[in-house]
Order: sequence, then C-alpha cells, then structure tokens
Amino acid sequence: MPCRSEADASGGRPLRDLLMPSIQRGSILIALLAICLILSLMTPNFLTVANLINVARQISLNGILAVGVTFVLLTGGVDLSLGSLVALTGVVAATFAHPGDYPVVVPIAMGILAGTACGFVNGTVVTWGKVAPFIATLGMMTIARGLALLVSGGRPVSNMSPELTRLGGELAGLPIPVLILLVVTLAAGFFLANTRMGRHVYAVGGNERAARSAGISVPRVKLFVYTLCGALAGLAGVVLAARITTGQPNAGLGYELDAIAAVVIGGTSLSGGVGGVGGTLLGALLIGVINNGLDLLNVSSYYQQIVKGMIIVGAVWLDQKTKA
Amino acid sequence: MTSEISESAAPVLEARHISKAFAGVQALSDVSLTLQAGEVHALMGENGAGKSTLVKVLAGVHRADAGRIVRNGQPVTIGSPHEALQEGIAMIHQELMPIPDLTVAENVLLGQEPAHRLFGWIDRRRLHERAERLLARLDARIGLQRKMRELSVAQMQTVEIARALGRDARIVIMDEPTAAISDREVDSLCEVIRRLKARGVAIVYITHKMDEVYRVADRISVLRDGIHVGTYPAARLDRQRLISLMVGREWAAHAPPVLPSAARGDVALAVHGLGRDGVFQDIDFQVRRGEVLGLAGLMGAGRTEVVSALFGLQPADRGEIRVHGTRVGIRCPDQAIRLGIGMVTEDRTGWGLVPSMSVRHNVTLAALKKYCRGPLIRHRVEAGVAEERLRALAIKTSGARQAVNQLSGGNQQKVVIARTLLAEPSIVILDEPTRGIDVGAKTEIYGLIARLAQQGKAILLVSSEMPELLSLSDRVLVMREGRITAELDPRQTSQEEVLKYAMPV
Repeated sequence: MPCRSEADASGGRPLRDLLMPSIQRGSILIALLAICLILSLMTPNFLTVANLINVARQISLNGILAVGVTFVLLTGGVDLSLGSLVALTGVVAATFAHPGDYPVVVPIAMGILAGTACGFVNGTVVTWGKVAPFIATLGMMTIARGLALLVSGGRPVSNMSPELTRLGGELAGLPIPVLILLVVTLAAGFFLANTRMGRHVYAVGGNERAARSAGISVPRVKLFVYTLCGALAGLAGVVLAARITTGQPNAGLGYELDAIAAVVIGGTSLSGGVGGVGGTLLGALLIGVINNGLDLLNVSSYYQQIVKGMIIVGAVWLDQKTKA
Repeated sequence: MTSEISESAAPVLEARHISKAFAGVQALSDVSLTLQAGEVHALMGENGAGKSTLVKVLAGVHRADAGRIVRNGQPVTIGSPHEALQEGIAMIHQELMPIPDLTVAENVLLGQEPAHRLFGWIDRRRLHERAERLLARLDARIGLQRKMRELSVAQMQTVEIARALGRDARIVIMDEPTAAISDREVDSLCEVIRRLKARGVAIVYITHKMDEVYRVADRISVLRDGIHVGTYPAARLDRQRLISLMVGREWAAHAPPVLPSAARGDVALAVHGLGRDGVFQDIDFQVRRGEVLGLAGLMGAGRTEVVSALFGLQPADRGEIRVHGTRVGIRCPDQAIRLGIGMVTEDRTGWGLVPSMSVRHNVTLAALKKYCRGPLIRHRVEAGVAEERLRALAIKTSGARQAVNQLSGGNQQKVVIARTLLAEPSIVILDEPTRGIDVGAKTEIYGLIARLAQQGKAILLVSSEMPELLSLSDRVLVMREGRITAELDPRQTSQEEVLKYAMPV
C-alpha cells in the first residue's frame, strides 16, 4: 500500500518549488545568510539599504545571463558565447538608439532579436549539425565578437537617446536592471515548473535517450534553450548599453564564465536534469555579496578573484559530498 | 582435436561454490568448475544462464558474493582484472578493447612496453622483437606496424591473445570469440587454440554455436538459471542431450500458466520486407488486435533492433510498415506514439527512466499533453492520474514525489510500463519486460500482458526467458542472425525446438 502525504494528495506544487525543485536550495541560502551576518558584523557599511541595492545592481546583468544559462545547463549543454553576445547586442541596440531616429522599442527589440538570432544559430549547430555545445558556442563567441567590432567599426557607439538610457536608471527607488532580473527569474521559474516545455528541459537533461523514447523531440528542446539563452543575452546587452550609455564592442569579456559560475553554485548540475533558476539567483547573489564584502573590507581585487575561484570549486565539491 | 584429460591431474584453476547476485537477482548459485592445464572447457547455456557472470568472476571483473577461487591448489582472491592477470588469468572480451590508433606491436605489449634502462623511453627494437615472437607462437602473420583499426575482428582477437601470452597467461577466457568473424577466420582461431593447448594453457570457451563446441571443446559445462547442471566430456555428450540440458526438462517454478487467448480482431500491425543493413533482413509478420506475438532468439539475433525500428528509435532502411492498414513511415518515437505504438524498452535505465525526476513525472512524461491547458501543466490533474496509475499497477513508492531511481527494479519497470500505457497505445511492444526483476513483479506483469490483450491491444513481446515467451504468446517467431527462421505455435512446440531454430548452425 503506497503511503501518501498530504502534499501529494493535494497535487498542487508548493510555491517554494516554483523557483528550484531541489534539496540544495537550503544550503546555499544558509551559506548566503551566514556570509551576510559575518559581513554585517565586520563592517557597518554592509547592512545598509544603499549598499544592498548596490549589490543587487551589480549582480543584475550576471543574473539575467545566468537564468538563460540555467536552461542550457539543465539540458546538459553549455553556452560560452554570452559575453560576446552582450557586446554585439549592446552595439546593435546603441546603433538604433540615436536621438530622434526610432521609437525606443526599436533599439530594444533589435538588441534582443540579434541575441535571439545568434542563440538560434547556436541551437541549430548543436542539434542539426551535431557539433558539441562547447565547440559550437566557442565558435559563436568569436564570431559575435567579430560582428560587434564590425557593426561598431571598432569604436564605442555613443550618442544614445535618453529614453533608452533610462533603462539603466531607477524606478521607485529600485534600479530598473534589478527589476528586470526579478521579472525574468520569476517568469523562468514559472515556466520551468508549469509548462510542458519546462518539464521537457528537465527530461532531456536527465536522460536524453529516455526523453526521446517518451516521444519528446529532443532537438526542439535544445533549439529552444539555446535560442532563449541568446535572447536573454540580448536583453542583458541592451541593459548594459543603457547603463553605460554606449554600445561597447569590447564589453562582456568573461561574462559567460561568471554566469556559469552562478548557475553551478546555485546547484544546477553540469550534466543536466537537476537544478533551477531559484538556485541560480542565490548563486549570483552569493558571488555578488562576497565581491561587495571584500570591496568594503578593502581587500584587493586580486584576492577577490582568488576567493571567487575557490567558492566555485568549493560549492560544487560540497554539492558532490552531500549527494554521495 | 579432443583429447582425454585425466580428471585426477591437479587442476590449474578451480571455482568452488560461487554465488553472485545483482540487485537481488541471483545470477549464480553455488557453481563449481575445475580447469585442467591444456584443456578447452566450453561453457554452454541459454541467455542469462550465468556464463558471462561466471567468467567475469574468474577474471576479476565481478566479485563473488560467496565461494572461493583456487589456483594451483592455493586459494586466491581476485579483486580486479589486474589481479587476475597476475594470477595468469586473461580474458578476451566479447567486445574487444584494443587501442585503435596504436600499432599491432604496441597493442601486443600494451602495459609492458620494454623501456630504455636509463631514460625510460620505449625501446622500439625490443618491442618489435618481442611482439613478433609472441605472434609467431600463434603462427599469426600480421604486420607489426599496422594500425589496430585496420585489422579485422579476427586479427584483433589474435593480437589480444598474443597480449595474454605476453602476460604469461595460463588460463585464457574467450567470451563468444566467433560471434563476429567469418568461417575461415574461425579456422585460424581453432589453430590458435590448438597451439595454446599444446603450451598447456587452459581455455574457457563460451559460444552459442554447436558445431564449434564439438570442434574445440574437451569438456562441456552446462549452466541453467545460474545453476551448474553438470560437466561432461564432449565426446560423450550428444547434441540432443546438450540442448535438453540447457533448457531443462521442467519449466521454471514461477512459469506463468498458459493464458486464454483473447478474441482476435483486425490486423493492427503488418510488416513486410523490413531491413536494416547488417542488422536484420526480410522481416515479415502481422499482429492482430488481442494477439500476443512472441519474438524468440539468442542475444544479438536482431530482435531488439527490429522492434526499435518499429518504434522509430533506430529506423529501418527498407521495407513497409502498416498500422491498422495504413502504410506509414516511422522515423522517430514521437511519430510512433502518435500512431498508437507504445514501447517498453529493454534497458530501463538507459532508455526508459529519467532518474533525476520523480515517479510522478516519469509516469506522465509521454502523455503530458493530455494533462495540459495550452502550454501549462495542470498539476492537480497530472497528480491524480499518476496516483491512479501507481495504484492500478501496484507500484510501491513512498509517494509519487519519490525519486524514481530509489525504487526497486520491478517497480521501476512498472513505472516504464505505466508511462507507455498512459499514452493509450493500440500496439504495445514489450522488450524483455521481466529482465532483472523479482518473481512477484514478474507475475504481475504476466497478468498485465493478458489484460492488455483482452482489451484488444496488439502485443509484440520480446523475451529471452523461454517459458515466459511460450506461455504468454499466441504465436512465436524465432530469429537468428537478423532473419526470421521459424513461426511456431507455442502450444505445439518445445523449448528444444525453439532453440534449434535460434542457434547458429
């Protein structure tokens, strides 16, 4: 006789599962709170509204990218092209954003569209061309960087309309990039938990062959995640251009690795099938808080890099230990 | 080539009372075997009789749960293939594992390359001399400089055997060495075996081919359901008796009762001239609604490949498939499911389950669309359906949210079956549905198959357990080497007859 708990009988999904249906969520949250506690004891400047908003602003770009990467990693893939896509899409958006040229939706749409197109190409090469994701997106990383330089002529694209640069500002005291990150994370979490495609993303990453024999079109799922990841990179590119009021062809160096780090710290498995965007948000926050804390404590940025690297390895190591 | 081996000579290797279970399924129980120097000892038995498990215990791939191994009168522990080699036991695997981009000479001496005394680099001249000497002992003529990937399977085998000789192996285990080689190459393998015998090497030989057994074996040991039936001098055991020892006179204790046939309906699935290059050819059959069609054959006969083609996992190259009279092309499982074909795959961990997902999500994976409004999953409906299915198939879980990889093999298999049936197929393919599960779950699956037939589903059943196949099926097709060799009425036939058509001649 199978025993059933109340939660099972109700059939509804508790709200906490919306963002990350996984056990490790708890341990990251505890780590994050512990670090916050230590920092607030060590420096009075940490636990202030202004500083916390500052942290949120600092992680917003990485967070948006990391949400996209979460989808890709959940299917067992990887996307290395994001940093270059941020540069390309920022340049594209800035090009369409000179004052008086077009309404503000045009540069935003063009930026996101450029990212979507590149993501679609990534997905096509991976599925139809059967090229390993590492290689396919490594190629796109170089191609997109070249395109960004080509479109901008190698120089920053400035003279952007204030309507667009307002996207880098604030709304009701909160930075707009942070609001965008929140909306993106909630939407992605809802999508993964409540749509058929979301379920299929987990199935493909968990066991691709089983997903296929359950009638799931594996190429369609993969094409979808790479395209979505590209679209979110486009969004991040537009937001970055708005914040720094230029389209920088050299922007975004190494962003893809920061995004992957946040996802992995957040408990999403590199081999796919396990994890979620809630953990990713916590992972991005953890990196952001530590960077911020070390800044406040006047630790040199050289050390910050070393610490970040150790956290990435340590988080995954802990994850392995707790699973075994 | 047979010779009398005196039973009294001290054996070079003994396995005493070996038992081994995998996930609760007994693969070997209390099996004993002795090997004399210079003999070829054939291991015979049906699929799953325990032959491979036994030799893997001897070769250090598996560790026995009980029993001991005795080498030249001394008890030894063999914990790894490396330790087995140190005891002089080498195994030539079914799937050969050479390093394709190294040369023949390098492969022969892999792991014991002669190194320069001072600097440690490989001494090519000595390497070639030694490889040449080892190959000459087998009278094999293979260019030492050739890349391994250019060789035929038989030549690779010879290289593997030379490597075993280089390790000073006194016992060589060959697991179906002739499964993938031509008749002429079999001749040269026999010559190699003769030379090994002359050097006093003991050989354990697994094969399904009757002619070969009588050509090379001195003694034959028969295994059935993990039990040692007996060991006989090859000269005093005729074919008929060997086959009946392999299948056993009695039906297994848990053999299902012969089921009443459901009423037959129209032809649900018809296949004509189906083929895939090098795998199966000229496959013709029909299955009616309410009928169970059994597919018998040895491992590698092409049964799984045929049903995989019907489900679109590995599409066929040619031939015609008709579903309810309409000609269809099936290129992927998605299409098959939409045509009303469901399949329970042979390998439930590889092709069946998503281990990281809950039981509930695994059950609904193939039919999720039915529980959606637009793109959104209706969780309550989904949960209700999954619960209902778990109850209907008596799947034991601690709740539908339990991770599916925590279930027992039998319950995992029932999850895969539940998922397949949830898509409401009219044609159900079951590939080894009872492999590796306990007796209770087996009986439940037998009952389920009967119910499905009664509901008017057309069922295609692949099974290597012959009692099961004979009692569940309305008709049985036997496959051998990619072709259908017989259609038998399970009420008129015997296991011996099925095996006769299944064994390569």
